[in-house]
Amino acid sequence: MPEIQNYTLNFGPQHPSAHGVLRLVLELDGEVVMRADPHIGLLHRATEKLAEQKIFLQALPYMDRLDYVSMLSNEHAYVMAVEKLLGLEVPVRAQYIRVMFDEITRLLNHLFYVGAHGLDIGAMTAFLYTFREREDLLDMYEAVSGARMHAAYYRPGGVYRDLPDTMPQYEAAKMKAHSAKAVADMNANRHGSLLDFIDDFTRRFPTYVDEYETLLTDNRIWKQRTVGIGVITPERALALGLTGAMIRGSGVEWDLRKKQPYEVYDKMDFDIPVGVNGDCYDRYLVRVEEMRQSNRIIKQCVDWLRKNPGPVISENLKVAPPSRVGMKENMEELIHHFKLFTEGFHVPPGEAYAAVEHPKGEFGIYLMSDGANKPYRMKIRASGFAHLAAMDEMARGHMIADVVALMGTFDIVFGEIDR
Amino acid sequence: MNAKLEKLAASLRVILGDNLAGLVEHVGEITIDVKAAGWLAAAKLLRDHPELRFEQLIDLCGVDFSAYGNSEFSAGNWQGKRFAAVVHLLSLSNNWRVRVHIFAEDDEMPMIDSVVDIWPSVNWYEREAFDLFGVIFVGHPDLRRILCDYGFIGHPFRKDFPLVGNVEMRYDPELKRVVYQPVSMENRVTIPRVNREESYGA
Repeated sequence: MPEIQNYTLNFGPQHPSAHGVLRLVLELDGEVVMRADPHIGLLHRATEKLAEQKIFLQALPYMDRLDYVSMLSNEHAYVMAVEKLLGLEVPVRAQYIRVMFDEITRLLNHLFYVGAHGLDIGAMTAFLYTFREREDLLDMYEAVSGARMHAAYYRPGGVYRDLPDTMPQYEAAKMKAHSAKAVADMNANRHGSLLDFIDDFTRRFPTYVDEYETLLTDNRIWKQRTVGIGVITPERALALGLTGAMIRGSGVEWDLRKKQPYEVYDKMDFDIPVGVNGDCYDRYLVRVEEMRQSNRIIKQCVDWLRKNPGPVISENLKVAPPSRVGMKENMEELIHHFKLFTEGFHVPPGEAYAAVEHPKGEFGIYLMSDGANKPYRMKIRASGFAHLAAMDEMARGHMIADVVALMGTFDIVFGEIDR
Repeated sequence: MNAKLEKLAASLRVILGDNLAGLVEHVGEITIDVKAAGWLAAAKLLRDHPELRFEQLIDLCGVDFSAYGNSEFSAGNWQGKRFAAVVHLLSLSNNWRVRVHIFAEDDEMPMIDSVVDIWPSVNWYEREAFDLFGVIFVGHPDLRRILCDYGFIGHPFRKDFPLVGNVEMRYDPELKRVVYQPVSMENRVTIPRVNREESYGA
């Protein structure tokens, strides 16, 4: 009998479960993966080089386009790095708004993860449910920033503006697809302020999470596809540079929100879930529990924000723009406004690294300034990059179908990996 | 500098000894310079020494210092070596971070020892720094390009590489395939890079 040789399979870059543009060269022995070689860079836009050519404020919207599933978390790391170099104080209310929107972003990301991971390995239904809630969350983004996804809402020194008092309303479609009563029902929880809408959402959300869990957690097929797949020990997880849910799934209790708290996370009451076995199923459970914890944090932020009005951006006019009225009535503020949006602010020489607990792991911005109005070097530390680098080690010995489960568990988004 | 950073700085000074070429504290972070020749030995100590225990390598990136301090109107005055690798380390057990600069000795052929045997996570980061800056990591098992296209020429993040690139791609109807040709567009600067006196904006 002739000996069967290993053969090579090109997976992607155009494949529904490749989450964008991953080209994976798989060396197979039958159906068993002997080696996985991810080829990345198909979405490389040189964000870091572009940022070197832009003033500090103009580099901010690029951050949304990195991990385009968790936009504001990326911005958060960037503004924190700039603030660190400037030595800038952020008003407390802005810190609460940032924490609240970071957690809203975490929900957005984890909902996408649960839906997409399910879709990848055959559980179609969860996707439809999670995207129902993403719609509400994207409405919050829209209400506060005007954009559903690429918010560009955080600013060095605070956030762009305070939370709005009204929510956008649904209108009857021209095609009369909905009756007047249906439209009124859709607008039922949108009559108050944004905070009322968020508060209403946090009340509804735990039952939604129960729905996803009903669909997946005890689902036999889901467990067959995830339990014992992609097991990684805590020691290897550390050595391979995994962060976030990837490392907590292996039982390492490490969360920057608790261990190196930034903004007002030290005032928040929440728990860090950790897994036991370090397989895809544990990482799924960790993320589901994180959604419940995020919901708790959002609730605490809403309560605080209701009671404590105040400024939401630094009053240092060298960095933050003056009010519109001030700019039109006051010569000095006009000059500040003009300088800020033509030349931009200068950041003192030095280097800083700011990391946030991004939904996917540790997301950091390493910023080096030489005193100019543009960064000298900016490096984006994307968590997905390290996770995908671990693909080879985690996929070896698994079946080819498990590679898809692995990609789901990494929660990869090529915007941040290729940058 | 708070007590924790002071303790870390003192430990680094003692443990790294002669390999330590500099230690700076800025905005609550410690940056050390390690000599390229002693990088492997220092890396082992950074990971294994019980007082340091940097188990995790968070990030490695290349930096090209040749344009440091430059502006649209004047040239900077960078005297040091051109290329450096900047490493961010994290210790989970001690809950502290450190940043390490390793300057490559040779500007024409920058070479730095690979630490892939010490922190496996550095594998792709070193490939990335090689791809974007042309820094060669000696001892790396698989130093290929990672982000740029197959067959790309040059190292795009070097400061002398133009933002618009050197070549552009188009479909040639006569040859019936995609061809590369020199770029036809110019690099456009909308806001000039300005570097003012030290106290400006403070």
